[in-house]
Amino acid sequence: MADRDDTRLLGGTNINRRGLLKCMTWAGTGVVWSLSGGVPRTLGLIGSAAAAQAAQGDVTFVQISDSHIGFHLPANPNPTTTLGEAIAKIKAMPTQPAFLVHTGDISHLSKEEQWDTADQVVKGANKQVFFIPGEHDVADASNGKAYLARYGKNTQGRGWYSFDIAGVHFIALINVFNFQPGFKSAGLATLGDHQLEWLEKDVAGRSASTPIVVLAHLPMWTIYPQWGWGTEDAGRALSYLKRFGSVTVLNGHIHQIIQKVEGNVTFHTAASTAYPQPAPGSAPAPGPMTVPAADLHKYLGVRTVNYVASKSAPVLTDSTLVA
Amino acid sequence: MSATANPIPRRVRFGLIFGAIGVTALLAAELPSLGASGVVADAAARAATIKIDNFAFAPADVTITAGTTVIWKNEDGEVHRVQEDHNGFSSAALDTDDSFSRTFATPGVYHYFCSIHPYMVGKIVVNPAAKSN
Repeated sequence: MADRDDTRLLGGTNINRRGLLKCMTWAGTGVVWSLSGGVPRTLGLIGSAAAAQAAQGDVTFVQISDSHIGFHLPANPNPTTTLGEAIAKIKAMPTQPAFLVHTGDISHLSKEEQWDTADQVVKGANKQVFFIPGEHDVADASNGKAYLARYGKNTQGRGWYSFDIAGVHFIALINVFNFQPGFKSAGLATLGDHQLEWLEKDVAGRSASTPIVVLAHLPMWTIYPQWGWGTEDAGRALSYLKRFGSVTVLNGHIHQIIQKVEGNVTFHTAASTAYPQPAPGSAPAPGPMTVPAADLHKYLGVRTVNYVASKSAPVLTDSTLVA
Repeated sequence: MSATANPIPRRVRFGLIFGAIGVTALLAAELPSLGASGVVADAAARAATIKIDNFAFAPADVTITAGTTVIWKNEDGEVHRVQEDHNGFSSAALDTDDSFSRTFATPGVYHYFCSIHPYMVGKIVVNPAAKSN
């Protein structure tokens, strides 16, 4: 295995990276196995040069989303329990993730006690967690002040930030503010000029071979405008990113998994840890979908993202919360 | 639905009635007392309720007289908010069964939306409470 400076590769975070490399049973001359979410995959034969690259870009993390702590309706009377089950699932993963990302709607009503509960449960994973807000986290009367005071330290503008881990550049975008009133397709989320200008500068000096992960709460492509499932100015953000060889966009909000590929950019919406929502257009409104209690866990999940080589797209594995 | 949501202002309706029976001269003389009784009737019903359900305000368009209190009640399974387009007023997040109310003292047209689901829009038309001049 190539020599590395663990601290440097981790961008200064206090994660023990050695645990991540357990998935690489045989790097250097043979097959790299990614054991991700319990599903082993062969990622191909690699030579020593490629192995060095793999070591550079090797990192596994887990995305959780839409915990909605405080929700209390029949679709899931106890989202704290299901969030706990998601964390238990993560703890049981054979390849431990380096860190977690939570793509918003941590709380249902932007209340401190709901965030307290969420933080307490998520802490059980014993990992660093990178958060972004959902619209439910900025729904206090002061429009997000409470979230930003709690989770927004060291962020820019209204909570956006970026960081680097193991050669992967992560960009946390905020598209839950500044909704403009409008009928149908006009009622989409926005990133806003201030954030877009920041984004342009943030990626300007970077090599096109840098793998990019974008975190956002609302989808970064227009999935279903009638329900506001899209971001009006996402195209401008993506125009700054399309020169990169691998861009992975992870979001929440719609409580179901939908994927799309556009050139080098792959988009992945995530399952919720709380309750499902209907498929686009399949119901009169996008509210919580109540399924038989025995089936709920099939609709909830966590997502593992595993980078093995810095120049190729990561392997994503979605796992349900079915025991 | 509350009676205050009638789209035709009371003054106009009286005008139509008196005009129809040809007592045009009587109209001016009678209006003050009719207006007074109208105010009494309005005061008894100076609240209008707008239901929030299935990601919509119902009714979406409401006409009231100045001084009427509008109550929004969230009967949906999702959290919603009520925000005037230019942030003239704004509710906090309304959970299922939560309400938000506001008394409209100033005549005008107020457009509002749900700042979480911006395609949910509504309009309040506030007519002057005074009957003449």
